[in-house]
Amino acid sequence: MKKYSAFGLLRNALSYNEKWPEAWRSPEPKRKYDVVIVGGGGHGLATAYYLAKEHGVQNIAVLEKGWIGGGNTGRNTTIVRSNYLWTEAALLYEKSLKLWEDLSQDLNYNVMFSQRGVYNLAHSLQDVRDIERRVSANRLNGIDAEFVAPEQLKKNIPGLRVTANSRYPVLGASLQRRGGVARHDAVAWGYARAADQRGVDIIQQCEVTGIRREGGKVIGVDTTRGAIAADKVGVVVAGHASVLADMAGIRLPIESHPLQAFVSEPLKPVLDTVVMSNGVHGYISQSDKGELVIGAGIDSYNGYGQRGSFHTIEHTMQAIIELFPAFSRVRMLRQWGGIVDTCPDACPIISKTPVSGLYFNCGWGTGGFKATPGSGWAFAHTIAEDRSHELNAAFDLQRFTSGALIDEHGAAGVAH
Amino acid sequence: MTSRRLESGGFVDRGKVFEFKFDGRTLKGFAGDTLASALLANDVAVVSRSFKYHRPRGIVSAGADEPNAIMQIGKDDATLPNLRATQTELYNNMVARSTKGWPSVNFDVSAINALFGRVFSAGFYYKTFMRPKRLWRCYERFIRSSAGWGSAPAGNDPDEYAHRNAHCDVLVVGAGPSGLAAAVAASRTGARVILVDEQNEFGGSLLSEDTTIDSVPAMQWLEKTVAELSNCETVQCLTRTTAFGYYDDNFVAAVERCADHLGKPPGQTVRERLWRICAREVVLAQGAFERPLAFCNNDRPGVMMASAVQTYVNRYAVLPGERAVLFTNNDSAYFAAVAFKKAGGLLAAIIDSRQSGAGVTAVTNAVDHGIPIMNGHLVTDVVGKKRVRKAQVAQWSGDTSQTIKNTVSIECDLLMMSGGWSPAVHLHSQAGGKNIWDETHHCFVPGETLQQNRSVGAGAGQWSLMECLQRGGDAGRTTAEACGFVVQAGQTYETPQDQENPIEPLWRVPASRSPDRCAKQFLDFQNDTSVADVRLAVREGYRSIEHVKRYTALGFGTDQGKLGNINGMGVLAEALEVPIAQVGTTTFRPAYTPVTFGAGAGEDIGEIYDPVRKTAMHEWHEMQGAPMEVVGQWLRPWYFPQYGEDIHAAVARECMAARNSLAIMDASTLGKIDVQGRDSVALLERIYTHDVGRMAVGRCAYGIMLGEDGLLMDDGVMARLGEQRFYLTTTTGGAAAVLTWLERWLQTEWPELDVHLTSTTDHWSTIAVVGPKSRELLQKVGCNVSLQRENFPFMTVKDAELGGFPVQLFRVSFSGELAFEVNIGSNYAMAMWELLIDAGQEFQITPYGTETLHVLRAEKGFVIVGQDTDGSVSPVDLKMNWLLSKNKDYLGKRSLQRADLVRTDRKQFVGFVPVDGKTVVAEGTQLVNDPLLPVPTPMCGHITSSYASACLGHPIALGLLQSGHARIGEQVVAAQSDGTYVDMQVVSPVFYDPKSERQNV
Repeated sequence: MKKYSAFGLLRNALSYNEKWPEAWRSPEPKRKYDVVIVGGGGHGLATAYYLAKEHGVQNIAVLEKGWIGGGNTGRNTTIVRSNYLWTEAALLYEKSLKLWEDLSQDLNYNVMFSQRGVYNLAHSLQDVRDIERRVSANRLNGIDAEFVAPEQLKKNIPGLRVTANSRYPVLGASLQRRGGVARHDAVAWGYARAADQRGVDIIQQCEVTGIRREGGKVIGVDTTRGAIAADKVGVVVAGHASVLADMAGIRLPIESHPLQAFVSEPLKPVLDTVVMSNGVHGYISQSDKGELVIGAGIDSYNGYGQRGSFHTIEHTMQAIIELFPAFSRVRMLRQWGGIVDTCPDACPIISKTPVSGLYFNCGWGTGGFKATPGSGWAFAHTIAEDRSHELNAAFDLQRFTSGALIDEHGAAGVAH
Repeated sequence: MTSRRLESGGFVDRGKVFEFKFDGRTLKGFAGDTLASALLANDVAVVSRSFKYHRPRGIVSAGADEPNAIMQIGKDDATLPNLRATQTELYNNMVARSTKGWPSVNFDVSAINALFGRVFSAGFYYKTFMRPKRLWRCYERFIRSSAGWGSAPAGNDPDEYAHRNAHCDVLVVGAGPSGLAAAVAASRTGARVILVDEQNEFGGSLLSEDTTIDSVPAMQWLEKTVAELSNCETVQCLTRTTAFGYYDDNFVAAVERCADHLGKPPGQTVRERLWRICAREVVLAQGAFERPLAFCNNDRPGVMMASAVQTYVNRYAVLPGERAVLFTNNDSAYFAAVAFKKAGGLLAAIIDSRQSGAGVTAVTNAVDHGIPIMNGHLVTDVVGKKRVRKAQVAQWSGDTSQTIKNTVSIECDLLMMSGGWSPAVHLHSQAGGKNIWDETHHCFVPGETLQQNRSVGAGAGQWSLMECLQRGGDAGRTTAEACGFVVQAGQTYETPQDQENPIEPLWRVPASRSPDRCAKQFLDFQNDTSVADVRLAVREGYRSIEHVKRYTALGFGTDQGKLGNINGMGVLAEALEVPIAQVGTTTFRPAYTPVTFGAGAGEDIGEIYDPVRKTAMHEWHEMQGAPMEVVGQWLRPWYFPQYGEDIHAAVARECMAARNSLAIMDASTLGKIDVQGRDSVALLERIYTHDVGRMAVGRCAYGIMLGEDGLLMDDGVMARLGEQRFYLTTTTGGAAAVLTWLERWLQTEWPELDVHLTSTTDHWSTIAVVGPKSRELLQKVGCNVSLQRENFPFMTVKDAELGGFPVQLFRVSFSGELAFEVNIGSNYAMAMWELLIDAGQEFQITPYGTETLHVLRAEKGFVIVGQDTDGSVSPVDLKMNWLLSKNKDYLGKRSLQRADLVRTDRKQFVGFVPVDGKTVVAEGTQLVNDPLLPVPTPMCGHITSSYASACLGHPIALGLLQSGHARIGEQVVAAQSDGTYVDMQVVSPVFYDPKSERQNV
C-alpha cells in the first residue's frame, strides 16, 4: 500500500524502512504525450495533478530542467494568504487558499499548511486607507479580513515595536487569520507523488531547448533528452518565462529580477504568526524548525543570476530590527535568491497564446507560492478546455493589449 | 570533577583565571580559552542533546564545524543564542547554558524519542499528522516547541554596531601559513593588503601543530611574520574577523567581533563592525575541515575529530581524555595521536582502515612513541552513552558492502577520528567559482573562478606546509602584480618533508548489520541525519543532492554541513552508484558562519533607520505642538491644535480661517524640479499631456503625466520661467520617482535632447498664503510688484521682493481661495515665515497642516494622486479631458485609446454625501449597489477621501464609482470594514464654489 499514515510509519519502521516505495517514478521520456508541462515547480506539478484528477487527461509529462521544486518553489518565504485587493486576484488566490486548506489530505502528503494568520502593517495614513479599502473589499468577496488597531497588535504580536515614536510607527494592520505558511518543498513533492500516482511522468534533468510548431500550432518540444511530441504544451517556468516564450516567437511583458530571502539560526518559538510590512520593507515568520524566515526586497536590476546584492540584505535587516528590535542579536544563517518574473500590473498571466495548443502560466512576481494550488487548478482547466476558467479569464495575455490591467501594486504609495 | 588541564604548554594564560557558569555550575578556565576548551578542561562531556532523538552530545570539533556545542551565552537583553562554544572566547563571569535537554542535558526526558528512532526516519513528518485535520495545530505546536536551539532576547539590543567601507589591492582571507605567506609577499610590493582571520590571533594551523619553518620552530616564524605585517603601513590586520560573504564585483563582507571576548563592549566600543571590502584581488586561504567517520554511534560524547584533539592539546593545554583510540583513513591524524601521547595521554591504538596503512613519516612517528598500529581495521561501533567507554574494532578486507562479524573491544574514553579533509571552498563557491573533484585526495577543490580571486593552502587542496607557504607566497605576488605592483623574486621556505600514503575514502563504515539496520551512523550530527536516512531518501526517489538535503535535513544545521555533508555525498554516491563528482555539492551561500542582524543593519536603525526630512519651519511647527504626519521621508505638521482642541475642532477652525480670512501653510515638501536646456519644451511636451509649448513665459499650468499605460502617474503645477526654463512641482511622495522617470526617458530613449534636470526640492521653501486676506498680508509686509488681479492674474508667476527678501511668487491655489505661494531660499524661509505670521496677526492668521489641506482641496474636488488615484485611473475617469492635448503625442496617449480605457462603465471620480448628513465614512470603504447580494458581493467603487466639512456643515467624500459620471443623484451603499453600511448620495466632486470665482478675485 502506498498511502502514507501513522500506521504505515510504524509498519515500515519494523522492516527498517527498507520497503518504502518511491514517492514518484523516474521514467524515461516517451516519444509523445497528450500534454507536456514544461517546469517541475509547484505550479507545473499542480497543473499536471489537476489535469489528471479533474480533467481525466491520461498521458502527461512534466519536464524539469534540474530537480523538481528547485526554482522559486524552494526559494520563497512560504507565505500563503488571499487578501488581495481586486476581485479578480482575490478570487483566484481565495480558490488557492481553499485548496490549501485540504491539500495535505488531498495529496496524502503533509505540506504542513499552518494557518497562523498574516498581518500586513500600516505605517502611514495612506497605508491605513489602503488597508481599510482592502479589508472592506475582502469581506465583500467572502475572504476573512479584519483591521487590527495598534493596542491589539501589541498584545497579539509580542516583540513587535508598536510605539508612536518609532521612525515609521505602526498605525494598525490587516489580519487574515486563515493565512499562514506551508512547507515549500513538501508542496512540490506532494504534488509530484500524487500526480505520479495518477500516471503523470515526471522527468527531471530534461531541459527544453525548443518549442516545435507547425502551421501556428504546437507539436512538441526539443529537449536535452531528445524531441518529445505533444498535442498541448503548458509552460510554467518562473524566472525563465520570457526565455521559453522566445522559443515560440512570443514576447511577454515581463521583467525578471532577483529576489532575496534569508533565514536565521533555529530559535525557540518567538513568533507565532506572519508579519509583513510594505512600508518598512520586510516580512517575517518562524518556521517549524525554529528559523526566522525573512523576505528581502527585490533587487532593482534585471537578471537571471539567482543571487542578489548585499545592500538589499542590509536594508531588510534594518527593517526587521525596526519592527522587532530584539532580533538584532539573532544571526542570519543563510541567504539566497531566486528570479521573479514581474508583469507591469503585478498580476500573473494564465493564458492561451497566439500559438494554438501552447499555454503560458507566468508573471507571478513575488507572490507565486501562495497561488500554487489555484494556479495549477486554473491552468489545468485552461489547457484541458482550451479556454480560461472564469477565475483566470482576467489574467489573459490580451489584457496588455486591451488595457484591462489589474493593478495589485497596492495603492501607488504617493500622497500630497 | 577532574581537571584535564595540562601542567604546562599551550597559549592560555595560567595567570589569569576566569570563572564562568555552565548550566548553573561554576567552573574555572584561563584567559585564552574558548568556552569549549574550558569545558573540556573541566571534564564536561555532555554539552547538548541532539535535535530529534535527544541523544547526549559532546564537543566534536574546535572550530566553525562544531555541530553540538550550541550555547546560549549571556543574560537578559544581552543574551546571544546559538553561539558555538568552540568559537566563543572565554571571559570572566561568562554565563553559558546548553540549549537542548529538559530538565537538563544530563537527564533529558525526550530521550525516549530515541526508542522510536526508526519511526522518526527522514521525512516522517510528511507522512503523518494529517488526520484528523484539526489536530495539525496541536501537532505543530508540539513540533515547534521541541525545535530550535537558543532563545532570542526579549528586549532591545543594548549594544551598537557599525559599518565600515574599505578598499584594498589584495584581500587575504585566513591567516594560516598560506594566508600569511600571501599577505607578506603582497605587502612587500607596496600593495594595500587587508588580512582577516576569524580567530583571536593569526596563525591558523600553526597554533595547533608542532613543526618548523626554515629550521626554526614555526611559532618563531609566525611571530616574526605577524610583526612584519603589523608594522607595515599598507597592511590592515583584522583578527576576530570573519569574511562571510563573497558577492559580485569582488565585494566581500566581513564581520569583526570587537567585544564578544570581553563579555560587554567597554565604553563607546561597538559590539560588531561590518566591513564592506572592495578588493581588486582576493586570496582565499580558508583552510580545510576534517571529516568524521560514519560508524555506529559515532555521535557519543568522547568521539572527537583528531585535529580538534590536537588543537585542544597543543593550543589550549587540555587533554580531552585519558585513554584514546584513533580511527583514521589518512596520515594526518597520526600526528594528532602523537601529540596526545606526548602530552601524557594513553593511546591504545591507531586503527587505520587502509590495508597498507600510513606512510613512513607517520608510522615512524607513531612507533617512536610506542603507539600500536592496526592496519586494515575499522572501528565499527562504540560503547558508552554519555561517554565513550569502548571502541569495537574489527579487521576489514576493504570491501564496503561487507558486514562485519567479529569485533574486539578496546577500552577508551576518547575516540579520535579522521576521515580526511575537505577544503573550505565556501567563499570561492559563493563568488561563482566551480569545484572539481580531486581523485588523488578525494575532495572537492576550487576549480575555475569567475571573479578576481584565487585559493591557496589547504583550502585549495594543498596539504603540505611547504606547499602552503610556497603557493601562498606565489599568490601574494601574482595578485599584487595583477594590481600593477612590481614584484621581486619569490621567497622559498624550508619545512620538514613527510612521506605520505594516500587517503582511502571511507564514507560509511561497514557494521555488523546492513547500513539500514545497524545502529545509527550519523552524518549530520546536529540534525540527527544518518546513513540510513540518506539511503531511505534515495529509495524514495529523492536523488538530487538538493532533494536529499531538504528531505533528510543533511547540512541544514547551524554548521551548514561543514562537518558532515561530504560523508553524506559519499553515501549518496554509493546508493546511486555514481561517482561522487557526479553527485556534486549543494549551493554554498552566505553566511560562511552566521552573522547578526545587528551587524548587517549597522547604524541605520532606530531614529536614523531612514533619513528624516524636515522643512525649514519644522521647529516652529513643533513649538506650536503640531502632531506630525509621516509622508515618505518627510515629517509634516498634521494640524495645529489650540488648547483643548482635538483634531476635528482644530481642522474645522483652520478650514474656516482659510475660507473666511487668512491661513498659512508650509508647503515646502512639494517636489520641485528645475528644467533647463534648448529642448526643455520638447521633453515636457512628451511627458505632460497639455500643450506645454503654448504656455507664455510667466504662466503657470496644472499638468499631469501618464504612464505608458495611459494611467495617471503624478500631477503638479508647472511654471514657465523662461523660453527654455521650466519649474515643475510634483507630489511630496512622488518627487524622486518623477525625477527618475524624466531622467530615464532622457537618458535611455531621448539622449539627443539637450535638457538638464535638477531637483530643487530642498533649495526652495514654499509658503502658501491662503484666504481672502492673503493679498492684503503680502502688501502689508511689502511687495515690489503689484498683486492686483490685472497685473498678477491667477496662474502666473513673478520674481519679486517680499519684505526685503527675493522670492518667486506664484498665484496658484489648492484650496479654491485667493492664494499665493511664496518660494524662498530655504535659508531665509524661517525669517519669512515669522514675518508673515507677525504681520498676519491683525487678520488672525491661522497656520494649518496636512489635514486641513486635504479638506480644503476636497471641498473643491481636487484629486490627490495616490489617495484618490491608485495606478488604475485614467485622466478621463477624472474628467480631465481638457488637459489632453490633441495637437501632439505624449506618453500614454495611445494607451488611452485601448478598449478597456474607452469603456464608459469605468470607475469614475465623483463626490458623495452621506444620506444621513452626519456619518463620516472610513476612507477606503468599498461601495456596493446592493449589500444584500451573496458573496462575492459585486463592488462598484470605493471611497478615497472622506471628511467633515466645517464650511459646508456636513460630511463630504470623494471616490471612484463605476459609471459614476452618469450616476450623479443616485444612491450607493458604503460597506465599512466593521460591517456597517452607510447610504451615500452621488454628487459632483466640486462641493464648494463650483464656478471657481473665489480664487480669481
